[in-house]
Order: sequence, then structure tokens, then C-alpha cells
Amino acid sequence: MEILTWTYLLVGVSFAVYIGIAIWTRAGSTKEFYVAGGGVSPLANGMATAADWMSAASFISMAGLISFAGYDGSVYLMGWTGGYVLLALLLAPYLRKFGKFTVPDFVGDRYYSKTAKIVAVICALFISFTYVAGQMRGVGIVFSRYLEVPIEWGVVIGMCIVFFYAVLGGMKGITYTQVAQYCVLIFAYMVPAIFISMQLTGNPIPQLGLGGELEEGTYLLDKLDGVLADLGFAEYTSGRKSMTDIFMITLALMVGTAGLPHVIVRFFTVPRVKDARLSAGYALVFIAILYTTAPAVAAFGIYNAINSTSEKRMDELPTWIATWQKTDLIQVEDKNGDGKVQYLPDPETNELNIDRDIMVLASPEIAKLPNWVVGLVAAGAMAAALSTAAGLLLVISTSVSRDLVKTYNPGITEKKELRIARIAAAGAVILAGYFGVNPPGFVAQVVAFAFGLAAASFFPVIIMGIFSSRINKEGAIAGMLTGLVFTLGYIIYFKFISPELNTSEHWWFGISPEGIGSLGMILNFLICILVSSLTPPPPQDVQEMIEEIRIPRGAGKPTH
Amino acid sequence: MPSQPKINTKRYWRKNLQTLLILLFFWFLVSFGFGILWVEELNQIRLGGFKLGFWFAQQGSIYAFVVLIFIYVYRMNRLDKEFDVNEE
Repeated sequence: MEILTWTYLLVGVSFAVYIGIAIWTRAGSTKEFYVAGGGVSPLANGMATAADWMSAASFISMAGLISFAGYDGSVYLMGWTGGYVLLALLLAPYLRKFGKFTVPDFVGDRYYSKTAKIVAVICALFISFTYVAGQMRGVGIVFSRYLEVPIEWGVVIGMCIVFFYAVLGGMKGITYTQVAQYCVLIFAYMVPAIFISMQLTGNPIPQLGLGGELEEGTYLLDKLDGVLADLGFAEYTSGRKSMTDIFMITLALMVGTAGLPHVIVRFFTVPRVKDARLSAGYALVFIAILYTTAPAVAAFGIYNAINSTSEKRMDELPTWIATWQKTDLIQVEDKNGDGKVQYLPDPETNELNIDRDIMVLASPEIAKLPNWVVGLVAAGAMAAALSTAAGLLLVISTSVSRDLVKTYNPGITEKKELRIARIAAAGAVILAGYFGVNPPGFVAQVVAFAFGLAAASFFPVIIMGIFSSRINKEGAIAGMLTGLVFTLGYIIYFKFISPELNTSEHWWFGISPEGIGSLGMILNFLICILVSSLTPPPPQDVQEMIEEIRIPRGAGKPTH
Repeated sequence: MPSQPKINTKRYWRKNLQTLLILLFFWFLVSFGFGILWVEELNQIRLGGFKLGFWFAQQGSIYAFVVLIFIYVYRMNRLDKEFDVNEE
């Protein structure tokens, strides 16, 4: 069968499964809509968290990013996994014990203040919206590349699917579709990786293949270092960024991961505190499978790309180069007219441009795998984009119906609240779709900064809300605002106001805008402690609540 | 509200914090330590086809994170029972 037929078939079947699950698990109460009734098993929640977490960017772009960044790409690997340790140890069990539905719920109760809650809602909405717009765009791109429809149509089809199961099923529907989506995406990622690893190193496990020997007897990574150095690039296994910057970016990504509302909310869905801890462990196992394979895919990809093109005659290039040249993801141009391809660091003389997404998208063709594998990778990329988009949309709809509407109308009936939640989800889908079709230029850049903002705003006040009984509402509000304004200001200044100054000489302490969230977080902590120490301690009932969330016994039972 | 004696709860919390500090120390060591701060030094050592520092940055730290969470789960389940604050 043709590639396109396989792609339609596999993507179609996977969509039918998601919709079937959504109908089967539709939500009947607000508790089911917000937190799947609190009855999800830790294993299922771990899988759903992993799918929620791994976006189109993780699936398609991360390996390629590492291919070209080498050691510097480690910031994503450590940053996007290490945060789960913080989540498991410092947040998940206590927030589960607290037992309500959202992060602003916690901030509002712990800091006994509507203002604090509203500030938290604004942070949550801002972070989720920037993130979800990027996801919808990702859905559109995947559709257009694989199904050969225009990006706009891709976004609209993606919107309809997400609309269907997020609006109907709420968290319950989303959780069980995400379990299915995880299975699809991990299978789709591993199959080409295993085959390429076998071809290059003879080892079927990509994690070991990365450290394996090539046929000629040299280690892959040593060979890669040598090849890149000969061409004038930096060695693959050594970094180009400063150590300070690597440190701060990794920290911002880790802490940001632990502060992202759509990740935190997943730990409200399990029945018990001990399940919340275990579930974070399972989530990281499922994430680690992809995240330890990605650096192998990255190294295999760049090695294959250079090996099959550099100094090769233009008319002898492998067929996948020609295939992907059509999409402009690969550009080859014989600038010096010698009939061969030169891959060089200098853009003036370099004749080969490879988009980073190629490393995953073209991997089945590079490994000469059958056509159905290409269709599988398409279905996997779709699963990754849709599951993340759905998780984010739920946070947005919950923030509106529960954190905004219910805060101001506490007497609202459950049925009405559920209806508002569904309308809010529908509104969010349409808005996200609009941004997917007409992306404001800044969206792609801002998505990366959602982490810095989450790190600088949420993380410190949640941590201190649990681990200190002295921090009060004045401190929390001042801290959140300081962190948010400082981080946002630094990013806007270097990215939008004076992009020409965005070089290491001008950065504060050599910290790039990607890593500034770490500094914002430290400022948040300091301001929060300082302001709290100058103002009265929290009232007695809040002190008791803090004592209460610190011990597991007495967490709410699963619903109904 | 469970009617725990306050002393017991305080001791449970202190043990919990101890566990956290020890595990977070290793969390910092394997990632920020081995993967970033001392990566150059560790790269002098080889682990098969890997330089050790590079291996920690792209592989080892992630495995260690998984192990740390499961140690935490095991340790906390025991603490919960020991101090009689576990869930039914």
C-alpha cells in the first residue's frame, strides 16, 4: 500500500478509538469532569500524565534539537524529567491530600484570599493559553505534512476531535483517551528507533546503541565527535553554552515542569495520597522510555544525515533526501559548483540545511522501513499533540468555571457549573484553534517560556504553602507578582523590545531568557519570605489546614 | 480529622523532611552535579562508548530520577505505617 493510504488508515483507526473511549467514559458530574471522579488507578494516571506531558514538540522536535545541540540538548532531557522528582516529593502527595480540584483552589484556600486566587488563575490561564496555541499549530502541521491537507484544515479537524472528547468527557474522558494515546505514541517512537539502532550498531536497544560500536569498530559518539570536528563544528559531546546558562535553563525547566497546572492537576485524579506518589513514579517511567530514546535517535539521525550526504555527489544522494526536499525541510544547493554536497558551519558556504524535525519524521525512510511505519509515526505525532492540547483545554475550562465563575457565584448548582465548564472548554477550543490557524508571531517563542513563567510564579508559593506555616497571603501575592513580572519583563525585553541585545554579554549574570525563570523563582522565594515576616502570620484555621495536608490519613474517598 | 497526638505528627514530619533532603541531595548530584558542574572531569572517565559526564547528562540522570521516586514511595509507605498515619 501507498504511504498516504497507510497514514489515513492508521490515523483514522486511532481517532476512532479515541472517540469511542470518550463516549464510553463521558462525565456525569463536576467531580468527574474536573478530576475524573478521583478514581483513576495510579498506573493509568501515570500513562495519562506521560501522554499529557509529551507534546508534539517532545515527539517531533526534541530529538532533532539534540542532534544539532549535542551536549547542550541535555537541558531538555534533564529539565523535562527531573521536574517529576520535585513533583513526586514536594507537591503531588500534599495537593492530593488537600483534595480540591485546581491549583488556584489551593492557592485561594491556603492564602485565605480571593486576590491570591485570582492572581493564580491569571497565571494558570496565561501559561495554558500560550502552550495550547502551540499545540494546535502542531496538530495542523502534522496533518498537513502527512495527510497532505492545508494547515488550516488540519487545525480544524484537530479542533473537532479535541472538542468532542474534551467537552463531552472532561477529565474522565481525557484520562482514558490519553492512556490509549500514550500506547500509540510510544510504539510509534520506538519502532523506528529500534531498527535504526540495529542497523548502525547491531544493538536493538537504542539507549545502549547510543554508546555502541559502528561496523568499522569505532564508538558511534567518538566517530560523531571526530566527523563534526573535521567539518569545523563543535564536538557532539561537549557544550557550547556557558555552564551557568546550562545550569539555569535546566533548573527553570525542572521547576517549571513541577509548576505547570495541567501536570499538577493530574495528581488530583487518583484515590489516595500514596497513589499520588506512586503515580508520579509511573509517569516518569513512561516518560523516561521516550526521553532516554530521544538522545539515541538524535545521534543516529545526525550521523546518518552527515554520513549519507557530506562530500557525496549531488546525483548520488539517498532517496529520502529528495522526498523531504519537496517539503522544504531539507535544502541542498551546490553553491561552489563542484557537484558534491558540503555540510559546513559557515552559512555562506554550507550547502545542506536540515530542519530539526527531520530526525524523527524521516527516520522510517532513513532506516528503509516499510510504509506502514511512516503511517504509524504520523499517528504517534497526532496522539502526542492531541493529548497535550486536551489536557491544557481542561485546565482552561476548569479555571473559568470553577476558579472564576464559582468564586463569584458560590451558590451555583452542580448542573449549571458543569454546563459552564463545557461551554468554557468549547470556547477555549475555538480560541486555541484560531491561534493555531493565525499564529501570532510570538507564540512559538512564548511556548518555551511558559516553563520560566510557571517556575517563577506557581512553584514557590505552592512549596512554601506546604512546607512553611508562616508564609501569609501578603507574601504569596507579592512573591507571585514579583516572579511573574520580573520573568516576563526580562523575556519581553530581550525577545521583543531589543532582540539585537540578546547575546551573552548583555544578559544578567550570563543567564539567557530561557533560563531567567530560575532567577525569577529565587526572587519570588525571597520576596515572599521577606513580606511574610513583616506582616501577621496566617490565621489559626489555615495553620490547622497545613498540619492536616502534611499527613496522608483522611484523604477523600473516590467519588460515588 | 484524625485524632493523632501532636508529638507523633511532628516526628513523622521531621522524618519526612529528612527523607526529602537525602533524596533531593542525590537528585541534585546526578543532574546538576554529574551532568553539569563536573561534566568535564567525569568526561575523562569512559563507560563503554560513552564519556561518563555526557552519559549522566543524557541517560544516567533520568534513570536515577526514576529510582529516586520509587525509593521515596517505598520509604514513605513504611513511614506512614510506622507512625500510623497511613490510609486504609
